[in-house]
Amino acid sequence: MTEFIIISLIKIAVVFFILLTVIAYLSIFERKILGWIQMRPGPNRVGPWGLLQPLADGIKFLFKEDLVPAAVDKVTFILAPMVAMIPALMTYAVIPFGSEIELFGRTIPLHITSINVGLLYVFALTSIGVYGIVLAGWSSNNKYSLLGGLRSSAQMISYELALALSIVGVLLQAGTLDLQQIVANQAGTFKIAGIPVLPRWHIFWFQPLGFIIFLVSANAELNRIPFDLPEAEAELVAGYHTEYSSMKFAMFYMAEYANMITASAIATTLFLGGWRGPFVDQVPILSVIYFTLKVCIFIFFFIWLRGTMPRFRYDQLMNLGWRVLLPLAFLNIFISATISLFVS
Amino acid sequence: MEKALFLILAAVCAVAALNVVLQRNPLYSALSLIATLCSLAAIFITLQAQFIAAIQVVVYAGAIMVLFVFVIMLLNVTTAERTIDRHRYLKFLAIPFAGLLITEVFYVITRFPQAQMPTGAIGTTESIGVYLFNQYLLPFEVTSILILMAMVGAMVLARREEKGK
Repeated sequence: MTEFIIISLIKIAVVFFILLTVIAYLSIFERKILGWIQMRPGPNRVGPWGLLQPLADGIKFLFKEDLVPAAVDKVTFILAPMVAMIPALMTYAVIPFGSEIELFGRTIPLHITSINVGLLYVFALTSIGVYGIVLAGWSSNNKYSLLGGLRSSAQMISYELALALSIVGVLLQAGTLDLQQIVANQAGTFKIAGIPVLPRWHIFWFQPLGFIIFLVSANAELNRIPFDLPEAEAELVAGYHTEYSSMKFAMFYMAEYANMITASAIATTLFLGGWRGPFVDQVPILSVIYFTLKVCIFIFFFIWLRGTMPRFRYDQLMNLGWRVLLPLAFLNIFISATISLFVS
Repeated sequence: MEKALFLILAAVCAVAALNVVLQRNPLYSALSLIATLCSLAAIFITLQAQFIAAIQVVVYAGAIMVLFVFVIMLLNVTTAERTIDRHRYLKFLAIPFAGLLITEVFYVITRFPQAQMPTGAIGTTESIGVYLFNQYLLPFEVTSILILMAMVGAMVLARREEKGK
């Protein structure tokens, strides 16, 4: 029992440390990639190739004046960044980062825990994360923040539906909510005449529609362009985090990036086979590399979208969520159920 | 170990529930209710009902309470003012009724000292799915029609403002 606790604590510490570093460096990579898309170099002054920029940003956030305006609702003002940040970090408890490794004679599975309602746990935390934004918008006692907060939460709860329904297809195919089992379900390859052609990932069979719906809904959940009207700089000053400064703003910022990595990790696990890849059984450490590569593909995709697309107007956004994605998600469930019934 | 966990969670739940009724600011009450629901979900997990715990957070704390919070924010419900003096006698009725409730609860608890957990997996996804679609299919379908009625009713009521369509 104590051994289990110690191993779990070590895993949590490692994941936490790596995650915070990745979030910090994600900010520089986002700015670099956006810069390249826009034909400019991005930040490259601080350190070689700009690699010390997150350090500079961190020091800036620590030393800025932490302003709490006089007329805000103090309890919720201070609570909101916490409510945004904590669920964003808690989701990493169930994500499978790799297969198993052998250390000091013990086989350690590379996930912090494996619960039998793993996917619902992730959705529960996403639902709680909405409160961070709502409370931030309201407590700031500022009409721009309130509008931004309300718009954002309305958008997030609308797209939560399409997000959850797009996952149901994967559940029908895998037959379980446990993320480890969903990865295990995607083992093997499709063979034509004995030659492996395609890996047996969910995106290829039979969830391409679910994958597209998931990507679009995840984009809207993350409040990223093209769905970032809540943070629309030109219209709402800075939306729900207008009145926040220093570490509280940094927490919102980090929570957004943490959510982005979570969405990428979930997309990898559900649709792209998680840590699966060639020669993973022989060399277990390759599983972590494959997982990281796949997550990076999705992160790059999100950043690419940000640099390329214009912003949706609010009614277009709601229209897309309720009248396009929701029926498509139902169609996906119908198709998945039919195929599930006839295949097995 | 489980007892300690239950005690902590129950204490959080009870304090949050008390806070719901003792707060003057309605938003704080709503937030305390969310805390109550989350601690209830944790208690469900200690009872091996993981699916119900997750659904409790997703549906109740994550969707219904968001609606409550929206209403409180948009309607600008201010902190409760002093109520009308006409109902002052209700304060004196509260204590005897509370005493009655506590007596009933103690009676039920002491009559069944050995409550047992039902064997087998009860609160997992599979078992709930099996029961919901085999034994309780009629209530399930009737509930879905009920929800549909509520949605249609809400839409009709909301649309009534713009007559002339």
